[in-house]
Formats: sequence, structure tokens, C-alpha cells
Amino acid sequence: MATIYIPSLMRDLTGGREIIRIEGADMRQIIANLETAYPGFRKRLLEEGTQRIKPNIAVMIDGRNARRILIDKVNEQSEIHFLPAISGGG
Amino acid sequence: MSKKVHVQTNINGEAVDFLCEPRNSLLEVLRDELDLTGAKEGCNNGNCGACNVVMDGRLVNSCCVLGVEADGCEITTIEGIGAAANLHPLQQKFLEHAALQCGICTPGFIVSAKALLDSNPNPSEDEVRYWLAGNLCRCTGYDKIVRAVLDARNGA
Amino acid sequence: MSQNGHKVIGTRPIRHDGVDKVTGRAIYGADIQLTGLLYGAIKRSPHPHARIKSIDTSRAEAHPGVRAVVTAHDLPQIADKLADLGEAIVNLRDASNNVLAYGKVLYKGHAVAGVAAVNLHVAQEAVELIDVEYEPLPHVTGVLEAMEDGAPILHEDMKTTSMGEETDKVSNIANHFQHKMGEPDDGFAEADVVVEREFTTQTVHQGYIETHNATALWNEEGQLTIWTSTQGAFSVRDQMSEILQMPISKVKIVPLEIGGGFGGKISVYLDPVAALLSKKTGHPVKMTMTRDEVFEGTGPTPGSYLKVKMGATNDGRLTAATAYMAYEAGAYPGSPVGAGAGCIFTPYDIPNVQIDGYDVCVNKPKTNAYRAPGATNAAFATETVVDEISEKLGVDPLEFRVKNGAKEGTRRADGPVHPVIGCIETTEAALNCEHYRSSLDKTANGKVRGRGVASGYWFNFNGGRSAISVSINPDGTINMLEGSTDIGGSRASIAMQLAETIGLEATDIKPYVVDTDSIGYTDVTGGSRTTFGTGYAAHATGQALIREMKERASKLWDVPADAIDFADGVFSYRDDAEKRGTFKELASQAGDAGGPVVAQVSTNPDGSGGGAFATHVVDVEVDRETGKVDILRYTAVQDAGTAIHPSYVEGQMQGGVVQGIGWGLNEEYIYNDAGSMTNASFLDYRMPTTLDLPMIETIIVEVPNESHPYGVRGVGEVPIVPPPAALANAIYDATGVRLRDLPMSPPRVQQALAENGG
Repeated sequence: MATIYIPSLMRDLTGGREIIRIEGADMRQIIANLETAYPGFRKRLLEEGTQRIKPNIAVMIDGRNARRILIDKVNEQSEIHFLPAISGGG
Repeated sequence: MSKKVHVQTNINGEAVDFLCEPRNSLLEVLRDELDLTGAKEGCNNGNCGACNVVMDGRLVNSCCVLGVEADGCEITTIEGIGAAANLHPLQQKFLEHAALQCGICTPGFIVSAKALLDSNPNPSEDEVRYWLAGNLCRCTGYDKIVRAVLDARNGA
Repeated sequence: MSQNGHKVIGTRPIRHDGVDKVTGRAIYGADIQLTGLLYGAIKRSPHPHARIKSIDTSRAEAHPGVRAVVTAHDLPQIADKLADLGEAIVNLRDASNNVLAYGKVLYKGHAVAGVAAVNLHVAQEAVELIDVEYEPLPHVTGVLEAMEDGAPILHEDMKTTSMGEETDKVSNIANHFQHKMGEPDDGFAEADVVVEREFTTQTVHQGYIETHNATALWNEEGQLTIWTSTQGAFSVRDQMSEILQMPISKVKIVPLEIGGGFGGKISVYLDPVAALLSKKTGHPVKMTMTRDEVFEGTGPTPGSYLKVKMGATNDGRLTAATAYMAYEAGAYPGSPVGAGAGCIFTPYDIPNVQIDGYDVCVNKPKTNAYRAPGATNAAFATETVVDEISEKLGVDPLEFRVKNGAKEGTRRADGPVHPVIGCIETTEAALNCEHYRSSLDKTANGKVRGRGVASGYWFNFNGGRSAISVSINPDGTINMLEGSTDIGGSRASIAMQLAETIGLEATDIKPYVVDTDSIGYTDVTGGSRTTFGTGYAAHATGQALIREMKERASKLWDVPADAIDFADGVFSYRDDAEKRGTFKELASQAGDAGGPVVAQVSTNPDGSGGGAFATHVVDVEVDRETGKVDILRYTAVQDAGTAIHPSYVEGQMQGGVVQGIGWGLNEEYIYNDAGSMTNASFLDYRMPTTLDLPMIETIIVEVPNESHPYGVRGVGEVPIVPPPAALANAIYDATGVRLRDLPMSPPRVQQALAENGG
């Protein structure tokens, strides 16, 4: 099971839990299983009616930026973070 | 639109005639009428030096000179300082010292630095910094520009 | 041969585009000339906040020489929708309304109409003849005032969002987010020394010397071509397609040379207006901004309010830190507070952290990225608090930073764990440098002197998308097409990585930045990504060429391709020493064995490594009478991973330092009570000149980035982060007075000294 770090402002959905463990081989499964375990995440994380992460949220898997379209693979040791997306500079 | 005036000048060693409105700056004339786009507009009020040219031996902000004022004058722009086959030592030193990043201020700096070396072939670092304080560069922090000019001095 | 066995990397060749730039031949955005060209100008709001009651363009249209006038009514109406354009998250409706105001103007300088005429002067005359009736509204320009209940509201439909959740409160606070790790209260309880301070910074501008420009041609077939100066041609194409609601295939962007950007030349301003004017007139239309338009009508970087609290034990260990960060977004949401929060405590290993960030709309231009956006504001706060804690503990501030420095495995406050980074190595190099070890007389010429240090962090953005297309000439030189606009020498740094990979000289590669029809999608030159990301693609291109050349050699030599080796620039057949050749030698024959040799590669690495760290040391002299601060000596130390072209790495460091010095000592948007910027010129917005500075010494540390084949880290942005804090710490060392408001300009320093008896 992958380890998911829940941002403090989303911990209302997890009853205050910061770190949770979720089954899934890729991000699509992770989000689906997260929604089943803690309803509300899909609405917070995905663009309405899509399988795309909202543009203002960034997903990091093991310190690497995941793609918005949820195709990234995860493994048993993976650490997943949801962060506010940020813009680059010059 | 006002009536255009006939102006006769010598630019980079060649006789050049042009027509301009009295309100046109020399910078506008150089860029828009004569296709000499090496002089750049950064502020249009004499604060940045990107448009600098030499007029009758004096360094000027071409945005603060009217085209009609150039009548009878000799003007040197960046295009008259050196070309790829015969770069001026300042141009060569700017390249060697990586004294440019975006390059927009570079023509103005080279024109200004040449005017300095023409009048004072062996300036100190302080003199270089004082002279070039009218040219703004936002990329380099000036370090490599000052080094390039110092390295282009006679006997440097 | 340079270090690490590299032949090209680490050397200092003359850049490929250099001669054009020192001779004035390089073509920048405003230099383009086209047949039948018209010139455009923009009508701008004189009010910081007002409802547009009517716009009457009839007098302007009747003015001799005027060819067309456009307003927001000529733009398609766009839904409220976020889009990820390269590296900027953009609300398209806001982007459209910022190009030409619809319904309301939200800042002085907000564009309301555009004119095309036979020359610029006629266009400017016509601008004065556009009659706009306004209903002025109360305005707010300060971040804390804008957050108060009862503040004038910029967007009546805007409610605060919070990590994807929308609240029901109408407010200027567009967004609130929080990072929390551990229990800060417990951490502070463990601490022996706790310091909590408040800081303010003012709006500052990137200050590129080239003003914004765009030349548009909308031809009879509906094909739009834009020649412009931009950090990202593909990002401009995306924005044009969205704002004008036209198919992306109908838009071509030709990036001309760019005269500085620093984050400010990613958003479009003039381009859609020039396009509409061209569509209306059937002629190409060129638009260039004046300097005051650049200050008032483009995106500076925000003013901010920060409160930072940090605690440490007597044995010098940081135990907890909290930060409250409120950044001005300007007229529309989207300040760099998120990035600032990602940087604020990142050079440190702190077990208990909480960071609250607020993105706040005010009646100022929509802010934009500026070199390590958000991080300089943040470091100003953190690094002066760290200085104060070090002093209270009686330890050297750099030794304190080494002891608490982040390293591989340290968890950042926003969650992820650092991979291999050069934070401690950089700090140690500063600690041991000759400048820091030298003594400094504390008084001279009736003035007082002091030394300050500060560190900083900036991300390397995820590598991003880059494409490279190459063709090999029969003489073995290579034409290399790329989509990354070259803002300060990246043609050279990318060409050098290709040359290194295939064993050529840098001068054998001919790099060209090409238009959006001629190369694959390439993300913006920004986020410290170009030498990393497009260099990554250049390395991959070199690998593809090596594979292809082995195939060609296999045909030419009639041997199996997998028995051909490539090393030190030479292809050789394992079983016959006669069968060997350099890349160039093979290139002359390779075309006969399968047609011209070409390669196209695109990459999108999913990570970019651990980011860049810097530590700076500065000596200042303070004139107590005038409050003027002079810089005596400055040393910047930075981890570059691997320096591809050390001169341009040094140049990035020096340039960033000097922008940071300007931010720290002089630069600010000064607003009057009417909400109007009073210093919108280079004379009054005082950027550093040659006379204000000494040489800027540089020390490049190289802790290779494990996510890049040559170990590259982005170097462009982090050098702007430490200077304001380093200067504040040096001023304290000189005067005994701590300054916590930027800029530390002579009047502010003088006042602070008077109030504190310093």
C-alpha cells in the first residue's frame, strides 16, 4: 500500500489523519480507493467529470511531479503528496 | 501629421539624407526610417542608455535628440563600430568575457564604452563605472561588462 | 579537458549568437519590419478601481490616419476556467479581462482599448480621443487592508478557496493553503530561544530593458502570425488560442530575440490586441509598450506581509517554525505565495513546521513571476530571524546554518523529501571562503561597516517538455533547432551538452530558436528549467545520433552495428582497428548510406532533482547621516550541480545578486493616496547602476544533480533570493538596528536609526 500525506486543509476528510495507506498500482486506482475510503477527495482533487488533477493542485510521487492525467505508477513504498501547484519564474 | 523636414547627415561614414516630422526623435529615425535597429528603445527618456549613439564626437541618448537636430551632424551608431569580420576590441572583449546575457543593452554599452576609450584610453575601474552609470543592464550585474571594458584598454 | 572528464562541459566558448548581439544585428521583437505595417497604442485606465459605464471610440476612429479601434467587446467571452499554460496556472477569463478590461478596471494602467494607425504618434493621439466614462470605486492597494472585512471588493463573485474547497465568503482572499508537519506548539515548548518578527516587502518590477512588444498579421485565410519577445512561444500560442478562441493550428508564434524577461514575459498583454487590430485592418500591426506602460500595465512581483516565528535549543538545534504569508496577487488571483511557502524554511531541517499562505487581490497590476517568485520575500523574513537566533545563541550564523542544514532525506515542510542537494556544501563553502574569513574594520571615513550572510532555496521545476530537431551537415557540423527562447546564453549551454554527448566542439553545433510550426512543444524558458530540461533533450538527441551513426557505420563498414563502439568521440569496430572514424569523418559519408542524417527528440522528465541552494556574504558601509548603504564587497556561493558554461553561470549569479540588491536597497512601486504609482520611470524606479556596485565575486559549488545526465541544476533564479536578507543582517552588524521592511532605502534606514538610537 502506498503512503499518502494528506495536506492539513484536507484532513477534515480523513478525520484529522495526516498519513494514510491506500491500495493501488497507479494514480487512477489510488484516487478511486481514496474516494471510497474517505469520500470527498475526488471533488477536491479532480476537475469536475474528468480523470485530471485540478490545475491548482500538484501531485508528487516520491519527490517527482506526477502527470495530471493519473497515469503514473505507484508501488508499495511510494510516498504521495498533494501540494498547491505553483508557477515558475524567469 | 505635420510637414516633414529634409535632414542631411553623415551616419557611420556615409552621407545620409532623410525626411522626418519635427516631433520624431533621432532614435525613431534611425530605427524606423533608416533600418538601423542596433540602437534600442528601453525608456525613451534618457534613463537607460540603450539608444546611445555618438553625435559630432559627443555621446548622446538618441531618444532625447530630435531627428531635425541631426542636420549637418556626423553620427556613429553600433552598426558603424565593427562587423563580424573586423570586430572592435570592445566587441571582442564583450564576447570573451560573456559580458552580455539578453543583449538588448549591449549596443548602448559598447557605444558608450567606445566613447570613453576614445577620450580616455586608460580609465580606472572607478572611471569606467562612473562613465557607464548612464547605461542600465538588468541581466549581468555589470561585473563582466566592467571587466570587458577594462580589458579593452590600451595596453591592457 | 575540463573537470570530470568532460571535453566541452565546463569550458567557456564564445556564445553562438554573440557576434550578432555585439554588432547590433540581432533582431529583437521591436526590430521587425513588414510591408504595410501599422502601429498600435493602448488606452489605459487612470483609476485604480472603477466601473466602465461607456466607451465612445467615434472621435478616435474619425482621426486622420487611424485605421481601427478595438475594446473588450471585440474579444470572445470566455468561461471562468483554469488552464495550465506551461508553468503558469492561468484563469482564462481573468487573462482575457487583463488584456482588455471588461466591465471594470482594477488598476491604474489597466488596458481598455487599442488603436491602430499609420504611425505611432497618430495612434497615441487617437488614444487621447477615446472617451471612457468611469464610475470610480473605492480602491485598496495594501495586502493587509485588502484582507480586512469591509475592504473594497475587486471581484464580487470571488470566494476564498482552500486546497480545492470553495468557502462561501466573498473576499479579496482568493486562496488560503497550509503546510503542516509535526506539532509546532510542542517544538516551541522545547526551544530555549524563540524569535517572532513581522516583515513587509513592496511591489517590485523585473525591470527588463526591452519593453513588451508584439507584431501581428491576421491574413485573409484566417491564419494568425505573431512576432514577439517572449519566454515561451508555445505558451503564447496557447494563450492566443484560448483568449481569441481560435484553433491552435491557426496560430503561429515567431519568437524574436528577447531583451530580458525574468518571469515577466510569459503572460500576453499586447499580442491579442495586435491580433484583433490586424484582423480589423487587414494589415500587420506592431505594438510596443512605453516604459511607464511596462511598470503600470504588466506584471510586477508582489508586495507582501510575513510573520515568521522560529525556535531553537541552547545547543543550536531548530525545533519549530511557523510562517504567516500574505502576498498581493494584484488585480486577479495568482501571486507566487505558494512558491514562497515551498521555499521559506527549505534550507533547514526543522521537525515541526506550519505555514499558512494567503493569495490576496489588490488594485495593482496582476503580479507575475519574477526570478524565484515568492522566495525572496520569504527568505528576507526567515534569514533575518535565523540571524537573530544565531546571535542570541552566540554561534556563527553560517555554522548554525550548517548544523541545521537540509540534506538528502530531510523532509520539507510541504511534504516531499530532499534527494541529493548541495545545501550544506554551499553553506560550508561560504563559511570557508576568503571573504568570510577576512577581517572587516567596523568604522571608516566616519561611517559604520558590517557583514551579513543569508541563504536561499529555489526549486528546479519539473524538467518540462522540450523538443530538439537536428540535421547533420556533410562537414560534420550540426544544425540544432530548439523551442527554448534564449534569454541569457541557453543556445550555448544546450549546444554544449549536445556537443559533449557526440564528441564535437561547441562551435560545431549551430543552434537556432525556431517558431511554433517548426519544432515540437517546448515549455517556457523559466523555472530554472532550460539548461536542465532542454539540455536533457539535447543529451537524448546526442544519444539518438550516436545510434543512427552506428547504423550508418555498420552499412559503410559492412559490420554488425552492435559491434561498433563509441568513445571519446570516435566510432570503432571492435574486431578491426582500421574501421574507425570520428563523428565528423563519418558524417561526410553517412548520407550515402541511408539519406541525410537527422534526429528529432522530445523529452518530459518526471523530476528535476533537488533544486538550487545559495549562500551570500556581503560587507556594507552605512552613512548614519543620510541612511545610504554602500556595498563594499559581495560574494555569492551557489550549487550549480554541474556548470555547463561557467561564465554564464557566474553571470546568472551576478545578475540575480544585483536584482536582489536593488530589491533590498531601493526598488519599490510608490503609490499615492489615489492608488497611482508615482515613480513609473527608470529615473524614479531606481535600479542599480555600475556606480552602485563592486565586482560580484562568485563561488560555484558542484554537487551533481542525479536527475540529469550531466548533473545540471537550474541556476538562474536562486541568486536573487538571499540578497535583501544578507543586506539587512549586514546593516544590523554595522548599526545595531534591525530593518524588517523593504526596501532599506536611505529615508527608511535614516528613520530606523533615529527611532532606535542606532
